[in-house]
Amino acid sequence: MNVHATGGDVGKRSLSIIDALRELEGPLLPILHEIQAEFGHIPQESLPVIARELNLSRAEVHGVVTFYHDFRQQPAGRHVLKLCRAEACQSMGGDAVAERVKAMLGIDFHETTGDGAVTLEPVYCLGLCSCAPSAMLDGAVHGRLDPARAQALVEEARR
Amino acid sequence: MTVRIYVPRDAAALALGAEAVAETLHREIAGRGLDVKIVRNGSRGLHWLEPLVEVETPAGRVAYGPVSAADVAALLDAGLAEGRPHALCHGLTEEIPFLKGQTRLTFARCGVTDPLSLEDYRAHRGLTGLEKALAMDPADVVREVTDSGLRGRGGAGFPTGIKWKTVLDAAGPQKYIVCNADEGDSGTFADRMIMEGDPFVLVEGMTIAGLATGATKGYIYTRSEYPHAVKTMRNAIVAARAAGLLGPSILGSGRAFDMEVRVGAGAYVCGEETSLLNSLEGKRGVVRAKPPLPALQGFLGRPTVVNNVISLASVPIIMDRGAAYYRDFGMGRSRGTIPIQIAGNVRHAGLYETAFGLTLGQIVDTIGGGTASGRPVKAVQVGGPLGAYFPRALFDTPFDYEAFAAKDGLIGHAGITVFDDTADMLKQARFAMEFCAIESCGKCTPCRIGSTRGVETVDQIARGIEPEKNRDLLTDLCNTMKFGSLCALGGFTPYPVMSAMTHFPEDFRPTPMVEAAE
Repeated sequence: MNVHATGGDVGKRSLSIIDALRELEGPLLPILHEIQAEFGHIPQESLPVIARELNLSRAEVHGVVTFYHDFRQQPAGRHVLKLCRAEACQSMGGDAVAERVKAMLGIDFHETTGDGAVTLEPVYCLGLCSCAPSAMLDGAVHGRLDPARAQALVEEARR
Repeated sequence: MTVRIYVPRDAAALALGAEAVAETLHREIAGRGLDVKIVRNGSRGLHWLEPLVEVETPAGRVAYGPVSAADVAALLDAGLAEGRPHALCHGLTEEIPFLKGQTRLTFARCGVTDPLSLEDYRAHRGLTGLEKALAMDPADVVREVTDSGLRGRGGAGFPTGIKWKTVLDAAGPQKYIVCNADEGDSGTFADRMIMEGDPFVLVEGMTIAGLATGATKGYIYTRSEYPHAVKTMRNAIVAARAAGLLGPSILGSGRAFDMEVRVGAGAYVCGEETSLLNSLEGKRGVVRAKPPLPALQGFLGRPTVVNNVISLASVPIIMDRGAAYYRDFGMGRSRGTIPIQIAGNVRHAGLYETAFGLTLGQIVDTIGGGTASGRPVKAVQVGGPLGAYFPRALFDTPFDYEAFAAKDGLIGHAGITVFDDTADMLKQARFAMEFCAIESCGKCTPCRIGSTRGVETVDQIARGIEPEKNRDLLTDLCNTMKFGSLCALGGFTPYPVMSAMTHFPEDFRPTPMVEAAE
């Protein structure tokens, strides 16, 4: 069952996250990471709360949220598949693997499948350059991908 | 007697199925009633053999790899627990040529010990450097590091001791040690391996840096793409605090140092030190103009040492063995050892720590064993996405900061990515510009606009539109970016672009498209 959080609820939960982290030196990134972990994205309703509590303008908070690739303004699919697009993975056929995955999912990078199962994202290096091409599915790492392994990964994500 | 079997927990091993190997091993051992303890170590860096399972025997550790979960039962049948032969057995780990040829100073413990066991750390000469530093004057610690010749391993190669001296001499109510663990360069994984395989060496190195400069607080700024490193590092800090290694009184000395891990959010440019500091402060990761130097006005405007993981992790052995011991390795002004990361299309991929001075050809052909695909090597990119592409003709270049600079390249964080002859260098040049456009912080015009214009210009060359004019334009644009950008992202993107165009001109002269006759 999906429970839709109301604006007031988002504000309250955001505030308790801020309260737990506000004493850190430079608390904004840790707060945003926690908010994303809580809601799956950075809800618009949390921005004014963060701005007020950290004595920043809403524009400053918005600027930080949009600067970093990790922070989502919309929820992702149930699974997030990140494919490494950097040089070491290119040298081992990463482009072909990416094309195969895109075709299987029927989406491009930065998109989510129609059933909400998988969001596909590029990533520039997972530090697995010695076992390229590599990918990360919901935080689990996978190396030495070939079309067959990539297919197995997509099937796992689709479940 | 309990037999110890090692199954790595390094992300590279996990990406190749180490978790399933460990689970199957647990199950099989329990089923067979064997007296075995499984240790989850870091990686030895022989990544083509991962997951590399090791067994402790009276003769030394015996290696098996690459092991899959499906191999476990057969390996135990063949006598894995006694180190008996099998098709996957490579004999004694230390005798494998790739490992035997190395000089492991910074990575001495990586893959050998249990990363989160302080006891194991101490048993392998851990904390001896810190104990010596605690008995010395801060200025003497700084001098030792200066005398060792250690230079910034993040890529810039600035002498570490001189940076420390600036912070030591700076006045301030609070100083900081910031460890740059934002290892975003493709082809590099040394920082990740240390954080996952020997985290206490980084804790020790940062603590020594704190003692030497008067900083009492440290931050490790690392990447969200490294969840395993984040977890191991955080657990190590908790363990260090519990053991009195961090906190108000380091090892009972009455001197304070503590640290925490901060996680970035997917911005490559945050590996640049001033952008990193802004990010740490909770701002957009925009580059700051220098001066002021971070050493004088860094984190929150206070004196700050910003050092790479490998620089800091090399400090404990320098303090332990002395500056002269470390300085005696290497060549020219490149002293000590460098963990070379051999990646991409290469047979023996992994981490190879050695004194400076090997030639690029020795590294790629002899140590790396040529390409994984078996095709000829066409190019190697040295130093990550901002590093130059080297052709075979330059394979006699010795691995040294100055020698690479003299060939219009850089060693950067010492990552080497190998490409076979199917690589299209025009495509690689285009990617360098595209990557810069995606990751530019937007502060300075040459980087922000130049990268996008660069992609367009490369595309024009690819389509055969006025190729000569566009090649000149691209060269001019690269010069503007090189000399006009605020930081290395815009400033060094010309390296891969220009080296591709200079060394592989044939890839920049595609056959012009012929209009179909009506």
